[in-house]
Amino acid sequence: MGRITLDKVQKKFGEVEVIPPLDLTIEDGEFVVFVGPSGCGKSTLLRLIAGLEDVSGGEIRIDGKPATDLPPAKRGLAMVFQSYALYPHMSVRKNIAFPMKMAGMDQAEQDRRIAKAAEALNLTDYLDRRPGQLSGGQRQRVAIGRAIVREPAAFLFDEPLSNLDAALRVGMRMEISELHSTLKTTMVYVTHDQVEAMTMADKIVVLRAGNIEQVGSPLELYKAPRNTFVAGFIGSPKMNLLTGAIADKHNATTIGIRPEHLDVVESGGTFTGRVGVAEHLGSDTFFHVHIPEMSEPMTVRAGGEVGLRHGDTIHLEPRAEHIHRFDAQGLRIA
Amino acid sequence: MATEHSKSSARLMIAPAVFVLLVWMLVPLCMTLYFSFADYRPMRGTFDAWIGFGNYASFLTSSSFLSSVMVTLQMVAGILLITIGGGVALALLLDQPMFGQGIVRILVIAPFFVMPTVSALVWKNMFFNVDNGLFSYLWKFFGAQPYDFLSQSPLLSIVVIVAWQWLPFATLILLTAVQSLSSEQLEAAEMDGAPGYSRFWYIILPHLSRAITVVILIQTIFLLSIFAEIFVTTNGAFGTRTLTYLVYQRVLESQNIGLGSAGGIVAVILANVVAIFLMRIVGKNLDT
Ligand SMILES: Nc1ncnc2c1ncn2[C@@H]1O[C@H](COP(=O)(O)OP(=O)(O)OP(=O)(O)O)[C@@H](O)[C@H]1O
Ligand SMILES: [Mg+2]
Repeated sequence: MGRITLDKVQKKFGEVEVIPPLDLTIEDGEFVVFVGPSGCGKSTLLRLIAGLEDVSGGEIRIDGKPATDLPPAKRGLAMVFQSYALYPHMSVRKNIAFPMKMAGMDQAEQDRRIAKAAEALNLTDYLDRRPGQLSGGQRQRVAIGRAIVREPAAFLFDEPLSNLDAALRVGMRMEISELHSTLKTTMVYVTHDQVEAMTMADKIVVLRAGNIEQVGSPLELYKAPRNTFVAGFIGSPKMNLLTGAIADKHNATTIGIRPEHLDVVESGGTFTGRVGVAEHLGSDTFFHVHIPEMSEPMTVRAGGEVGLRHGDTIHLEPRAEHIHRFDAQGLRIA
Repeated sequence: MATEHSKSSARLMIAPAVFVLLVWMLVPLCMTLYFSFADYRPMRGTFDAWIGFGNYASFLTSSSFLSSVMVTLQMVAGILLITIGGGVALALLLDQPMFGQGIVRILVIAPFFVMPTVSALVWKNMFFNVDNGLFSYLWKFFGAQPYDFLSQSPLLSIVVIVAWQWLPFATLILLTAVQSLSSEQLEAAEMDGAPGYSRFWYIILPHLSRAITVVILIQTIFLLSIFAEIFVTTNGAFGTRTLTYLVYQRVLESQNIGLGSAGGIVAVILANVVAIFLMRIVGKNLDT
């Protein structure tokens, strides 16, 4: 069981309020991802849940029981750190066994759990090595192994993949998702990579300066961003946010059109511009289009075989049903 | 410094320094070696350039030799114990955020700047003195009979004096080691359910093991030649005669330069044995 409730949780470092009072419920078995720009308080929020920082106000409940004043060890949560935080002088086996040893578990049970975790994480051949003799991906798996043997109520991950290269990151992303579907344990995952958030999460929490901007499933956030911040943050490449005359035409201060919702047409179209940088990915091509009446270039996703070059003239037509409208405060107009 | 060219030019450049150091070390060593095989007693006007291993035989067989080796070992072990234990404790304390951290750190380092002779005199006259020493006042305050440290437990007294001097060194090295421990490791251990003493035993102490071996190595090499503290306090009496002090007595008090030189060579050999032994341990510890 791992239902985590934050009730008006607040954090100040001295005079600086990093997290203003915030409410959030994480359901049992959910995979929740905190995303947001650097410095928005994601790690701080996770550390508050873990008990590594004291709250300045509010209450944290785990499975309905107050946990605000419990020390980290008593909360039944396991954490995977960005730097892995493995114990360098212990073998992989000892690293994984450490939490069980601290809990005073009997040796046979420890061995059984280590074997099971090593099996699941492909670590069986490395159990007697030191962390220093492992690759980044293997270290990451040891850190996860150390977390799962405790059978915690919930896992907390703080940017666990940011030290890995792109290929490995995709692999580990899948492994963690896989792990979640087998264990069905609550996971709270911090990242600033919105692709990780979109692919892994059941529920995304978008944070900005300690405030929750929106909570919802990846598709909800994609389809109906609550404000311009979420609209710009979720989706890759970024949504085009347009202001001025074109927005007025839709009775909004700002309108947003995703690159994938713009069609390249032969002639006419709402926008006409000049092709700037073109990124050919094979399956897709992203054009940065300079439109005379707009300050920022517009991003367009086209198919892989569009024969336009740098400097060509391009005509674009947005799909009307996919235009997002925002008011003067940046909030979505339904 | 990888290419052949850079290697040879580097050798050329350090050659003068190596040469000077070599001469600096070799000349006194050779002279000591030369005298150790001679019967040289200037006060009596005796000089016989070659008497074989006679000096060595009499130095090694004298009863004072073995006891002096034992005293030396006890003294070094005692000082190491106090400085390492105290150093770890102080390093952990100084690592905590506290008011006036900078000043406290400087104060802790201060004893290292005091000359051995001076610190021994200060301890002897201000702390250990039976009539006026601070400890005597303390004892009297609690209604106890003042204790004459230097004559009742002279070895312990010297150990305390020297440990006080070397504590800053150990603390400083251990403090840098403590500070280099990543806080995430400690937090991970905390999440893993390790209480404070377990975190110390399983995480902090292993992390400090390298620094501790380095402190042991360096201190041992310096401590084998403690002299001023003994000279100032007990003059080698009451079982505080270390090997170094024995050599001094043979040369200056007995005016037997041949015997003293032989003792000096024995001390050098023993010190090297200890150093090689320690180097092995350090090497092993630094590898992993
Ligand atoms: N111990 C501290 N004392 C003072 N301020 C702190 C402390 N820890 C964090 N902060 C501040 O709190 C804010 C949030 O920090 P936090 O580490 O939670 O950001 P983050 O969202 O995890 O960023 P990143 O993606 O870069 O890791 C930052 O502005 C940071 O400067
Ligand atoms: Mg962070």
